[in-house]
This record gives sequence, C-alpha cells and structure tokens, in this order.
Amino acid sequence: MSFRLSYRADPGNPWFSWQYVRDNSDTILTALREHTSLTVRAVLIAVLIAVPLAVAAYWFRALAGPILAVTGVLYTIPSLALFAFLAPYLGIGVVTVLTVVVLYALLVIVRNALAGLTQVPPEVREAAEGMGYGRWGRLFRIDLPLALPGILTGLRLATVSTVALVTVGVVVGRGGLGQLIFAGFQNNFYKAQIMTGTLLCVLLALVFDLALAGAGRLLTPWLRRRSAA
Amino acid sequence: MTAAAGPIEAAVVWLNDPLNWTNPGGILDRTGEHLAISAAAVLLGCLVAWPIGLWLGHTGRGGGLVVLVANLTLAVPTLALLTILPLTFLGFGRPPVVVALAVFAIPPLLANAYTGVRAVDPEARDAARGMGFSGGQLLRRVELPLAVPYLAAGFRTAAVQVVATAALASFVNGGGLGQIIRAGFGLDIAAGGGQILAGGLLVAGLALLVELVLARVERLVTPRPLRNRGRRAGRRAADAVSGA
Repeated sequence: MSFRLSYRADPGNPWFSWQYVRDNSDTILTALREHTSLTVRAVLIAVLIAVPLAVAAYWFRALAGPILAVTGVLYTIPSLALFAFLAPYLGIGVVTVLTVVVLYALLVIVRNALAGLTQVPPEVREAAEGMGYGRWGRLFRIDLPLALPGILTGLRLATVSTVALVTVGVVVGRGGLGQLIFAGFQNNFYKAQIMTGTLLCVLLALVFDLALAGAGRLLTPWLRRRSAA
Repeated sequence: MTAAAGPIEAAVVWLNDPLNWTNPGGILDRTGEHLAISAAAVLLGCLVAWPIGLWLGHTGRGGGLVVLVANLTLAVPTLALLTILPLTFLGFGRPPVVVALAVFAIPPLLANAYTGVRAVDPEARDAARGMGFSGGQLLRRVELPLAVPYLAAGFRTAAVQVVATAALASFVNGGGLGQIIRAGFGLDIAAGGGQILAGGLLVAGLALLVELVLARVERLVTPRPLRNRGRRAGRRAADAVSGA
C-alpha cells in the first residue's frame, strides 16, 4: 500500500527509472531484439558484399578506384536522404532500413579489407605462388587469413556505427531502440524511456565490439604469439 | 508498370511547384535554416575542438583521448542526443540541435588538429626552438601555420557531416531540409513519395555542394608547395579518424 502511495505521490520525470524498465520489459525487449537482429543481418549482408568487392579491387587494380569511389559517394549521402531515395521504392519496412544500413557499412568494410589485403607481404605472396597455390587457393589459405585483422577492424567500426544508424529507421517505423527513444520523446518527453533506449544502444554497440574483438583474438592466434614473443 | 517512374515524376512535379519554394516553411526557408544550424554547429565545434586538439598535439600527449572521443561519439545515436538535449537546461528550439550536431563535428576537427601538429617536421620544430621560440610562439608561428592543411581537411569533413546530420533535426522539429522529408513521410507513401524523394535530393545536393565548395577552400588555404602532400595527408588524417 505504501509502495503504491509513494508511486502515486511523485509521478515526476526522472532520467532513469527501474519502475519503467520493469513495467515495460516486453516493449523494451522487443525493441532490443529488433535492433539486434537488424544489426546482425545488416552487418552479415554488408560483409558478404564488401569482402568480394575488396578482393575484386585487390585482384584487378583498375577496379579499386571505382569501387572505393562508389562506396565513398554512398557514404557521403545523408542517411535521411538515403531513406528518402529508397522508401518510395522499397516501401515502409525492414527492407528499407536494412538496405540503407548495408550501403553505409560497405565503405568501411571495403576500405579496411582492401588495406588488409594490400598489406600481405610480397615475399609471402611469391612463396605461396612458388608452392603452387592457384589464385583461389592463395586467396583462401594465404591472403584472406593474413588480411583478417584489417577485415575485423572494418567489421568492428561498421558494427558500432550500424547500431547507431539503425535508430534513424524510425522514419519508416522500424528503428529498433530508436523507436523507444522517439516514442519517449513524443510521449510527453518521458526521460526514462529515452534514456533506457540510449543506454541500451550504447551498451549493444559495446557488447558487439567486445564480442568481435574477442572473436578476432581467437581467429588470429599468430598475432598474439608475435606480441608475446 | 509505372511504379519505377512514379516517384521520380512526382518529385519533379513537386520541385516544379514555385509555391513549394517560396511558401513559409518552403525550400528556401528550410535551406536557410539548414545552413544556419549547420554553420552554428561547426563554429561551436571549432571553438571547442581546435584549441584542445592543437594543444594536445603541441604537448604530444592525449592521442588516446582523441581516439576515445572519436569512438564514443560513433556509438551514440544522433537521435538520442537530439531527443535528450532539449530536456536539459538547453531547452527546446535551436540551441540543443546546434549542440547535438557540434558533438558530432568534434571528432574530425579534434583528430585533424592533433594529427596536423604532430605531423610537423621535427626538424622545423627543433630549428624554431634553436632560434629561441617559446612554447607558445612555436605553436602560433610554426606549428599552427604548418597544420593549416589538416585543419582545413578536418573542417571539410566536419562540415559535410554536420550538413548531412542536420537533416535529422527534423525528428525534433528543429527545422532544416529534413523537415520536407519528414512531412512527406507524414503523408501516405503513395501521396508523399514525390515530396520524400525531392527532399532527399535537396539534402543530398546541399551536402554535395558544401563538399565541393569546401574542397576548393581547402585547396586555396593550402600553400602551393604543400598542395599535393596536403591532400594525401588530409586523406591519411581522415583515415585516422575512421580507424582505417
């Protein structure tokens, strides 16, 4: 009873409230789940497009300029404008958000993957050729593993910025945690809701970043050995 | 089907209506707002970031801090800052929007100022010290002029980014060209498609225009002998920001 009274006595507008988090855990979890799934899907698609592009730019130097230029131009288009370009065609929904976010992630991953690939020492490349590796064998067994640190750097940057960018999806009603933030703003500027959405966003970015950093350590054991020696 | 040509035609029609340009809240009004907000944000960003970046570069410390600031702002959604700041002491209206945008202008400005001073030839620095320059004189008369290409590159990156991000101010009714896109989304997608697309074209066009103009400015303020070197350096500094 007293609990109920104290709850009624001070409605207030605190910056953070466990009461709000408890009462709305369903909404919050749905938004968090949507945000996570959008981010994961977007980054996966972006990697599947960006790494082959980087390999193409690495194999055929003539393509490097155009590929970097096109992804660079895509990166310069304001996010809201990109939504505006795509929404009339792709409609209101997940596809539009995913496309925009993937287009943004491309540049970062392509540039870092290409940097990683070009840093493969020429001696190593020649040795691989001398051992009879063909173009594809060398790519999968030599070039890509050695470029992995570069690719992972790009992946981490792309993931963190994707988490932030997904929130702009509110413009088509699919912003994940952005939905929470924006609804909080519209519902009488409810600070606790805005803050919860923001904190979860930053936290999500941090978790993804740490997970990718950990995965990178596991995938590149030779780097650890070298730094330990 | 005319589905593919539909929105583009509608956008052309919308852009061809003179009232859409001259009405209150029309394109001319919104462009003015957009530029005013962006200019204020970049100016505020410069006032904060350049002195700190130059000083950190001069003392040679704080490289980690620069990277930390860049990474932190990468993780914070623009939308969050735009909605949080009006609820603080800044109040509603333009100030919180300008501050939010300035926050995102700071990393490139800071990183380029820092890198610019660090990239000064150590021999030039030693020579200046040998001539009896004090620390402040060294910064003002040797390091600052030599860092100008970097400062210009950072200014361009920051300004283009702010002009692009300012479109999001429309989420909190902050004005600017994004307002046209938001209004279009407020209509049905079939009815507003043309306006949405037109707004997108205007925002992207403005960002591109700012990029082109500032690229020229950057070239003009870079001393002739440094021009080719400066451009390469600018790109390197931009890479430093994006971690590439």
